[in-house]
Amino acid sequence: MTGSNPALAARGVSKSFDGRKALSGVDFEVGPGEVVALIGPNGAGKTTLLSILAGIAEPDSGEVTGDGVAWVPQQAALYRRLSVRENLLLFAHLQHDAGQTAENPEQMVTRMLELTGLADRAGDRVGTLSGGNQQRVNIAIGLMADPSVLLLDEPSVGLDPAQRERLWGFVLGLVGEGTAVAFSTHDIQEAERYAERIVVVAEGEGIFSGTADELRQAVEAGAAGGGPAAAGDLETSFLAFLRERGH
Amino acid sequence: MRWLLLKDLQILKRSPLQLTLLILYPIVIALLVGFAMTREQDQTKVALYNAMPAGEPLGFGGEEVDGNEIRDQLCGRVDCIEADSTADARKMVENGEATAAVIVPEDLGDKIRSLASLSPESPEIQIIVNGSDAVENQVTDDRIEAMLGEANLLLAKRLSEGAKQYLDLILKGGEFDLLGQQIEVLGLQKSEQILKKIEPKLPPGTDKEQLQRAVRFAHLATDNLDLAGPLLTAITEPIKADKVEVGDEAPSLDTFAIGVTVAFALMFVTVLLVAGSLALEKEENAFTRLTAGLVGRGQILVAKVGLGTVVGTGVALILLVGLGLFVGIGWGRAPLWLLALIFGAAAFSAGGAALGAAAREVRAATLAAVMVCLPVALLSLVPDDAVGPAIETAINLVSAVFPFRPTLDAITGGLEISGPSLWLPLLHLLLLTATYGALARLALRRF
Repeated sequence: MTGSNPALAARGVSKSFDGRKALSGVDFEVGPGEVVALIGPNGAGKTTLLSILAGIAEPDSGEVTGDGVAWVPQQAALYRRLSVRENLLLFAHLQHDAGQTAENPEQMVTRMLELTGLADRAGDRVGTLSGGNQQRVNIAIGLMADPSVLLLDEPSVGLDPAQRERLWGFVLGLVGEGTAVAFSTHDIQEAERYAERIVVVAEGEGIFSGTADELRQAVEAGAAGGGPAAAGDLETSFLAFLRERGH
Repeated sequence: MRWLLLKDLQILKRSPLQLTLLILYPIVIALLVGFAMTREQDQTKVALYNAMPAGEPLGFGGEEVDGNEIRDQLCGRVDCIEADSTADARKMVENGEATAAVIVPEDLGDKIRSLASLSPESPEIQIIVNGSDAVENQVTDDRIEAMLGEANLLLAKRLSEGAKQYLDLILKGGEFDLLGQQIEVLGLQKSEQILKKIEPKLPPGTDKEQLQRAVRFAHLATDNLDLAGPLLTAITEPIKADKVEVGDEAPSLDTFAIGVTVAFALMFVTVLLVAGSLALEKEENAFTRLTAGLVGRGQILVAKVGLGTVVGTGVALILLVGLGLFVGIGWGRAPLWLLALIFGAAAFSAGGAALGAAAREVRAATLAAVMVCLPVALLSLVPDDAVGPAIETAINLVSAVFPFRPTLDAITGGLEISGPSLWLPLLHLLLLTATYGALARLALRRF
């Protein structure tokens, strides 16, 4: 946990779909300028938790507190036949009309093109961009209203290592300016490399929150006399941790 | 909301194929339908072999029918091609040069003349048709039947006129030619007058009574044969049709054809465009982002219906202008038919939105749009009296819940003053727009 006033917090959040429990009393928080990774098996409830944190879905119970939250969906939510500039301008106008920002839409687009380093590709259709560049535009739209918290749903899926590195360079630049980031991922190395804290979700329950080292220690403490799990990398520790907890 | 509409128009502009189709489709349809509506209908080609001696008159009862007159009558409804022989005519049918052949036999004149004699024979002509095309066969049968009907009517009129001349001769008396000799016929009227003059001069007795009987017969026969003339004329055309139209005046066939063409174009363009465009929001993952605090689902729906209405009305306008080059369009009534186009486009767009929201995938939405639109539109064109009461009710119900028929009624009503009332279909379309809009909004909750 962050200790200080969190930028975004969820308490006892539960959500069911057609009688199936997706989240069950999950607590979550991210502090200002903090990077938190949300990991867990498929269907654990990561995307549902991010959707609730972003205000897209309503929880059945529990509460979410925090302002200035931006959400970036897993797949680029962009119009492929429009150019980078046209996409940015559309969402700038919509955010302006929705009262999310007072900034002039044209200025906002110019700022975002500079921020993403895509000024020279402004006229290119989004469908012609690489996956990494599409994701940068995707994130740029999320950043338009200068959010204090950025929620990224599996941001590096489908990106090659170089694209992934450029993407994280861009995101960490935002973190340096005080933006809190929470992201879901299946890539444990990515979580260890970029996140200060890791939250493990399994079968709709939050079962761990701490640093990568703390996750390893938890596994070591659980494994009698240490063993292969304790000695392995974070991914091995994570799998051992899930097994220990019956997931 | 205007940004959403502008975005959709921008996306449309960026799809060259879609844009070309939207512009070319109404132009091509207008050209096709326009040419079809203004083109002279091709006449059926019929090979004619006339074996009758040239210039042979077909006289009976003092009336003369020239063989050429019958030929002209036969060829009035078809395009006759002269054949040199029966075999030549048959060949023309076999190789498709002619749809059918009519063979006039050598003895047709004799047989027609025999109709006015004591031993009438039945005149016959031979018809040869190519049996390989069932539809063409039916058309050819109808044409030849009509053609023979015309020729038979001409002969019947001439026969009755000949018979009337004989009756006049018997009634009023006169001269008639028998084997080159002029023979005088006294006639019943003159016979009666002569007998009446003689009657008072005869003494009472059997002879006088016999004479009185002959006078009564002559009088009776004169009176009754007077009726025979009109009767013979009536026989040639026993039933005459006196057409009286009741109910609302129907629009002209041209207006109806324009209405059907425009309603079909409007339906396909708007339903497919809106259904596909809404489903595309889902496929491009933009819907969730848009509804995450930026715009409401209802606003997206209104923008899509607006897109369909703008584009659909534009396409229908191009189509109407194109059709106006071929047939008369009531430009003075433009505000009315423009209203019909806008209301129709809005109702189709709302229907398309409901389909797109339910399908959630562009391909599924497109397939559903075609599968729903085509049969329902065709059903709406089935005339009420062409089916039984139960099916008629079912068709009317289906037509009432789909915007095609009210759009067609509104367009024809807008185009022509004698068309159906405009305001009722407009109200109907308004209700359908609201209903489909509500259904689409409901489907968007789980989009």
